[in-house]
Amino acid sequence: MSDTLVIIPAFNEEAGIASLVAEIREQTPDIDVLVINDGSSDRTAKAAREAGAIVLSHNFNMGYGVTIQTGYKFAYEKGYKYIIQIDADGQHDPSFMSQLLEPVIKGDVDFTLGSRFLWHDSYRPSFSRRLGILFFRKLVTVIIGREITDPTSGYQAFNRDVIKFFTTDIFPYDYPDADMLITLNLAGFRVREVPVRMFANPTGKTMHSGVKPLYYMVKMCLSIFVTLLRNRQLYRR
Amino acid sequence: MTVKQQIFSILVSLTVFFFTIDLVRKKRLREEYSLLWLGTSVLMLVLIIRYDWLLALTNLIGAVLPTTTLFLGSILFLVLLAVQFSMKISKLSNQVKDLVQENALLRYEFEKSFNRREEQPHAKDTGKAEE
Repeated sequence: MSDTLVIIPAFNEEAGIASLVAEIREQTPDIDVLVINDGSSDRTAKAAREAGAIVLSHNFNMGYGVTIQTGYKFAYEKGYKYIIQIDADGQHDPSFMSQLLEPVIKGDVDFTLGSRFLWHDSYRPSFSRRLGILFFRKLVTVIIGREITDPTSGYQAFNRDVIKFFTTDIFPYDYPDADMLITLNLAGFRVREVPVRMFANPTGKTMHSGVKPLYYMVKMCLSIFVTLLRNRQLYRR
Repeated sequence: MTVKQQIFSILVSLTVFFFTIDLVRKKRLREEYSLLWLGTSVLMLVLIIRYDWLLALTNLIGAVLPTTTLFLGSILFLVLLAVQFSMKISKLSNQVKDLVQENALLRYEFEKSFNRREEQPHAKDTGKAEE
């Protein structure tokens, strides 16, 4: 067993999951790959297993946050020291995994976050999405007092202390992006952004469409607000 | 409050009270959820019987008619009930989350050991055949 686990949350990603797992295994053959199948109705689990990944399956669709936390719980139980988290939709370039992991292994930081805005030739998200990202970028930067350029990235790496912390009830599984960074900051973890390349989503599928973005923003703001109101003792490690 | 109104209100509170008790008795309602119903029906009954208390309460909250106070009480009860349900649903959602995660981890372990056991007799057979 390797000491690093790549976790990939997947929901109906039958088309691209096998090639992503194969690509990761080809680049880093000594790292274990875990696909968490979030109640997909297609053959995501089978495709991932055949490509050589460890597969966990939810009985039904529980959402992105719950899915990644299942991965954290698995990693913690199995004794992995590091996690690299990458999305299944092909937006995150797996060749940047080592850059993400390096500062964590060196012990410089506890958590690295891949930022598409720090890399020169990442794709440019749509105007509305950029607006949303900008909003949370400013909000997180003001709250934690440090510049964060891509709070909704989802491409990240972290050590066992963070893994343990994320297996508890304090993990904001409804909004595991901006709210998660604020939670990490409150718990005193060291966070750093690393430039990564991101591609436009090849499937065109998105978690944020229709009126959802507005609803998401309001709920996220509420979640951040109550996070700040919570007793600081809860964030003790 | 007219006698007619009083009789009707007493009947409603007693019906709610005994219906709730009956549901708990038949195990169709948990004690936890019955308390709010029982409390409200008892409170309503007390306010109808002790009409001077109802008048004092009406005066205290600045309402014009005692019936308004009773209606306001019913609305407050419904709000409390909705809050209680929302809290319970949040707790249940959290428990479902933990169960689904636990199930995914256990299923992985089960499938792993099952596959191992499936492979073992096969390995034995192969060994014997080779001997």
